[in-house]
Amino acid sequence: MRVFTAAIAIAVGILILGGYFYPPLAAVQTLLLNWAIILAGAATLVGVFNLIATHTYKIRRREKDSAYSALLIMGLAAALIFGIALRPEHQIMRAMMDGIIIPAEAALMGLLTVSLLYAAIRLLRRRADAMSIVFLVTAALLILGSATLPLGNIPLLDIFSRWTVQVLALGGARGIIIGVALGALTTGLRVLFGADRPYGGN
Amino acid sequence: MTDLISLAVIGASVILLLVLTLWKRKSPTNLRDIPALIRLYHALGLSIEDGTRLHISLGRGGLLDARGGSALAGLAMLRHIAEQTSVSDKPVIASAGNPAIGLLTQDTLQSGYNAAGVSELYAPSSGRVTGLSPFGYATGAMNISQNENVSANIFIGHLGAEAALLADAADRANVIVIGASDDLVGQSALFASSQDSLIGEELFAVGAYLGAGVSHRASLTLQDLLRWLVIVALLGGAAAKLLGVI
Repeated sequence: MRVFTAAIAIAVGILILGGYFYPPLAAVQTLLLNWAIILAGAATLVGVFNLIATHTYKIRRREKDSAYSALLIMGLAAALIFGIALRPEHQIMRAMMDGIIIPAEAALMGLLTVSLLYAAIRLLRRRADAMSIVFLVTAALLILGSATLPLGNIPLLDIFSRWTVQVLALGGARGIIIGVALGALTTGLRVLFGADRPYGGN
Repeated sequence: MTDLISLAVIGASVILLLVLTLWKRKSPTNLRDIPALIRLYHALGLSIEDGTRLHISLGRGGLLDARGGSALAGLAMLRHIAEQTSVSDKPVIASAGNPAIGLLTQDTLQSGYNAAGVSELYAPSSGRVTGLSPFGYATGAMNISQNENVSANIFIGHLGAEAALLADAADRANVIVIGASDDLVGQSALFASSQDSLIGEELFAVGAYLGAGVSHRASLTLQDLLRWLVIVALLGGAAAKLLGVI
């Protein structure tokens, strides 16, 4: 069975990769990708059931904060029932979105700002090395360079900020992205040739 | 022309990967020290000894987009860690923000337990989908760090700015945080808020450092070779432009 699943995965991977370079395989590639999209849709349903199962288990065992788990399941059920009955464009559904989901996400975004500021303040306590100092000084100078200050802009700071963002940061970012792309390529090849099998193989 | 270059790079990479895999079977690899991975190695042993668990957050990258590479690297690491910690009192928990990766997480954990010969200890609830939006995923995963006797939280995959919330929650619960993301924003958030973070392609080196197999070491060497190729191409291109050749 393991050999069979690996053979299917490798064959599908090679066909999809081949579709990018050999035009006659493009139709097969599209078909296989469409199947993958359908499977990903089905996986979303399984993911939702997994979420329900995890939180139901927490409620049954009366674990800490299980009241939130109950709230989550009730919210999920309400959104599902109303969504199917009223359709997503309905006024009530829009009100749920505008009144609950968007404010909650906005609140988390605000919390994130505070978390990042707090993390920056604590960075030198956690890791006092040259890179941390460069990171903090650069962040502080860039914020100062882009902020509107009451006594006007600090001379040369906006030039420094622009140069840092357009030369140093952009160059560094490109280097990191190239490194990530190379890592993704070699990881993909390992999976393509069955060395790594995240689909049930030992 | 671009297609031909891409095909040549992929073809050469395949051949090199096969050759390096055969070569690495016989010769050991010298790996430079990466503090985050040394800490990860210690955290693994510590969690087994003191009866705590590891929480591995695989982020919200899917398989049908460009972020699949980091998710696959995370799954390879999870497979190895699941096998190592399968006999622990508190087995590893993995969370994902993408349903397909969530399914693969369960499958990977099960494979790890099967390989360790303790398939009866595997619990499907140890692989979880905690949310489908970035903040939804983060709030669900934060809960695991704080309430499930976790000693180390390892972020590996596609995580954006929400990684700072996860790291902050773990930090407040005195949990060791080791982070790696393929996203630039996520990397900076993790650099600022975790004890140790992996930058760039270091994310893909975790398997080789944890001893996950010869193919991981071979792919690490291949990454280095390709990086040199890119450096030569960049410098060559710049020189050619300077000399007016192109």
